[in-house]
Amino acid sequence: MGHRYASLTVSQLRTNEPVPTERIRNFSIISHVDHGKSTLSDRILELTGAVDPRLMREQYLDSMDIERERGITIKAQNVRVHHAGHVLHLIDTPGHVDFGYEVSRSLAACEGAVLLVDASQGIQAQTLANCYQALENDLEIVAVLNKIDLPAADPERCAAEIEAVLGLPAEGILHISAKTGEGVEALLDAIIERVPAPTGRRDAALRALIFDSSYDQYRGVISSVRVIDGTMRSSERLRFMQAGAVHDVEELGVRTPVGVPVDELGPGEVGYLIAGIKDVGGARSGETVTTAVHPATEPLAGYRDPKPMVFCGLYPVDGDELPELRDALDKLKLNDASFTFEPESSHALGFGFRCGFLGLLHMEIVRERLEREFDLSLIATAPSVAYRAFLTDGSSVDVDNPTELPEASRIERIDEPMLTATVLTPAEYTGTVMELCQNKRGEMAKMEYLSPERLELVYRIPLAEVVVDFFDQLKSRTKGYASLDYEPADYQTADLVRVDVLINHMPVDAFSTIVHRSSADNYGRRMTEKLRELIPRQLFDVPIQAAIGGRVVARETVKARRKDVLAKCYGGDITRKRKLLERQKEGKKRMKNIGRVEVPQEAFISALRLDD
Amino acid sequence: MSEPFGVYVHVPFCAHRCDYCAFATYTDRDHLMVRYVDACIAEIDGARRQGALPPATSVFFGGGTPSRLAADELVRLLAAIPVAPGAEVTVECNPEDAEVDRLRAYRDAGVTRMSFGIQSTRPHVLDSLGRRNVPDAVTRVADVVGQVGFASWNLDLIFGAADETDEDWACALDTVVGLDGAPPHISAYALTVEPGTPLGADASRHPDDDVQARRYEMTEERLSGAGYRWEEISNWARPGHRCAHNHLYWSGGSYLGIGSAAHSHRKGHRWWNVRTPDRYIALVEDGRGTLAGEERLDADARRFESLSLALRTDAGVPAEHLPVTEDLVGLVETKGARSVLTLRGRLLANEVSTRLVTHPGPAPRPLR
Repeated sequence: MGHRYASLTVSQLRTNEPVPTERIRNFSIISHVDHGKSTLSDRILELTGAVDPRLMREQYLDSMDIERERGITIKAQNVRVHHAGHVLHLIDTPGHVDFGYEVSRSLAACEGAVLLVDASQGIQAQTLANCYQALENDLEIVAVLNKIDLPAADPERCAAEIEAVLGLPAEGILHISAKTGEGVEALLDAIIERVPAPTGRRDAALRALIFDSSYDQYRGVISSVRVIDGTMRSSERLRFMQAGAVHDVEELGVRTPVGVPVDELGPGEVGYLIAGIKDVGGARSGETVTTAVHPATEPLAGYRDPKPMVFCGLYPVDGDELPELRDALDKLKLNDASFTFEPESSHALGFGFRCGFLGLLHMEIVRERLEREFDLSLIATAPSVAYRAFLTDGSSVDVDNPTELPEASRIERIDEPMLTATVLTPAEYTGTVMELCQNKRGEMAKMEYLSPERLELVYRIPLAEVVVDFFDQLKSRTKGYASLDYEPADYQTADLVRVDVLINHMPVDAFSTIVHRSSADNYGRRMTEKLRELIPRQLFDVPIQAAIGGRVVARETVKARRKDVLAKCYGGDITRKRKLLERQKEGKKRMKNIGRVEVPQEAFISALRLDD
Repeated sequence: MSEPFGVYVHVPFCAHRCDYCAFATYTDRDHLMVRYVDACIAEIDGARRQGALPPATSVFFGGGTPSRLAADELVRLLAAIPVAPGAEVTVECNPEDAEVDRLRAYRDAGVTRMSFGIQSTRPHVLDSLGRRNVPDAVTRVADVVGQVGFASWNLDLIFGAADETDEDWACALDTVVGLDGAPPHISAYALTVEPGTPLGADASRHPDDDVQARRYEMTEERLSGAGYRWEEISNWARPGHRCAHNHLYWSGGSYLGIGSAAHSHRKGHRWWNVRTPDRYIALVEDGRGTLAGEERLDADARRFESLSLALRTDAGVPAEHLPVTEDLVGLVETKGARSVLTLRGRLLANEVSTRLVTHPGPAPRPLR
């Protein structure tokens, strides 16, 4: 039987022969950005003949432009390849901490994981975190050092570090170069040898895990699915247990990576499912699919509805583009169940949407996709987190928009969301990393040497501090060598205040922010100075103040304009002068009025953009 | 008297180009002078034949430096222009050209008014303007004008040069108004940075608006104290010495521009000639038109233009076109039925212009 299967071709896959579970290996690749995951995936596709060499392109599995440009994977992908008489499912996981939950679902679809580490850089914080997660899920880890062809590679040190940190014996660690292909075949052999086969029972009620869904404008939602127990048949009606909905299968298939329809997927098999679902919210990662007729009694464990952690207002630079923005958000939401939006309005910026994201990268990606794929020009307010205000009347309210914070006299205390942040850093930067964490109000929870050269630091730190510029500062302070991973912790009470910015005594909502009292003056000074430079001089002195409640913490003045007149106005100057005045008049229409003060929209935009 | 009509003649030749100057003028085209005058005369004759040149109530030779032309060349040019009786005829002149013989020739040919570009009386200020120094220019000019006997004349001054102090400016004003036979008309311009000029390229020499505002206020104080009355943003005159030609520009009157880069206007139609003298001469000699561009204003643009020009003058605008709203208190005052800029308002005339109401409603808003 093994022999027969070993010679199967793509066309024979359509024959509905169930793949015996002992011939299946499901694995993902855990890796840091730039450590070579996409290159390794490309090599595997080539080596197993999955992709015609003439059609091969770099980062084959990353389908979005943003993914290719940033060199990161946002959406999980999967592909079925054949090697040495086995069916291998490679499940490509998202590579950023914002998408940690997606990673956990991808890992739940596997029995093994390839830990891919750049032999010149060693293991990074996020890789470590994902690896711990894989170990918790009882995945078999196949550790691999990549880029051994580079002169800077130090495989021995890295192997020792992996052994010290993860307890994986150094001698079992493979050495490869995904770039040249060296060692990749041996890696495939090792996967077959070490990763256990799936163990699902064919005769049990169907339970299949959705670990990714994307939206296609012609087909609707296309989900990646791993059958755990039973068999999924294209002729059957399916029940989505968490969504509580029933759908007919439109198409069931496997990606080779080209989609090939199949009649059924047996236990352990990975493929795709199209079931006439209109948005990805109806088939979220973590969903359990069973049959409508003989449903399983219990869904698979581990489903959770990811909650947005970072919020900001998104406004069209041109107010007339509001309908286009709404339309774009609707469309994006079809493909990304994890971000939220609702209408809000700002006096300074007009009408827009309050949006929630899994993290900063997620926010950047959504914004970039809106601008790029929908040709919108957007302005984002400063990112905020969800604070919890406990009021004097005993109630509490979650506030993700600073302007919605109740007035100070009604607030008993404010709690803020915390993170457990893990930083891996070369030992020489320990001091500066600790200083940064302390500046950001972090409390150290753990400090441990991974090797004589590298250190793991764990801090409990406010999310709000990490959201601002923590990652950038960490990178610049450590010349890019430190890496960061974090996971949400609980809430903690802090001395937080809302700082309002007032132009000519009128508060400007877009600049209100909630900060720790110790940074309030600094924020106030920065914003007032920035605005003093950006707001054009008016016919009268304009005070710009930052205030906590009624107390002014910073003040600048835009002095009254004294002269704008053109000195000369004779025959040849008149046309030019008229055009200048007409432009000036026209410009007023685009001004926002804050009380009597005329502020160009660009001033608000610049003030929000500059974040130094 | 029939409707006023002006003729402007552009003379695009200079001995030296000042750092702030963006005018269409050239220092290396003196060899074209005679052909240029011929071409201007041909343009005048052409306009006359088309009936587009009624007798001028004002003529203005500007530039450039009209006094760069030999006196008899300028006289030849003036003679080609039909001039109404009592017309004002002004010639701009460089201080170094202020010679008795030249000015006599002008006067005898019908020139009634001289205008001298002094700019400053302080040598280091002239240096920082990139303008040539002529020792004792202002005294000599006043003396020559007195000898020849022009009843009306003007001095151009510029304030706000980088090396100029308040004291320098005060001194320049005091010198000018204290002259024996002081000019009855003074134009005082805030130094303006034009792109494409040496000044434009040198940010260290750009004037500060607040400094210029202060110097402007000093100007008003000293000139009004010496009997001059403000008549337009940058112009002051003793009674009876307004420049009729300039007021024609500001009141939307008709004028014909002759020569390269000269602008013309008639009832909302503006047009202008090609910019360089070479091209201008070549076109005229080929018997072709010299038009470089034109615009026809619609009724709204015309109304706005006419109001914004009038606003720059002491006449102001009809009050219904500029209600004194809260923001304008202190910038605009009501004089009879007209809204007129105050001293502070003059400095902010552009901003005030944007508040002009081109179509006042039937019931004018109450004034404060």
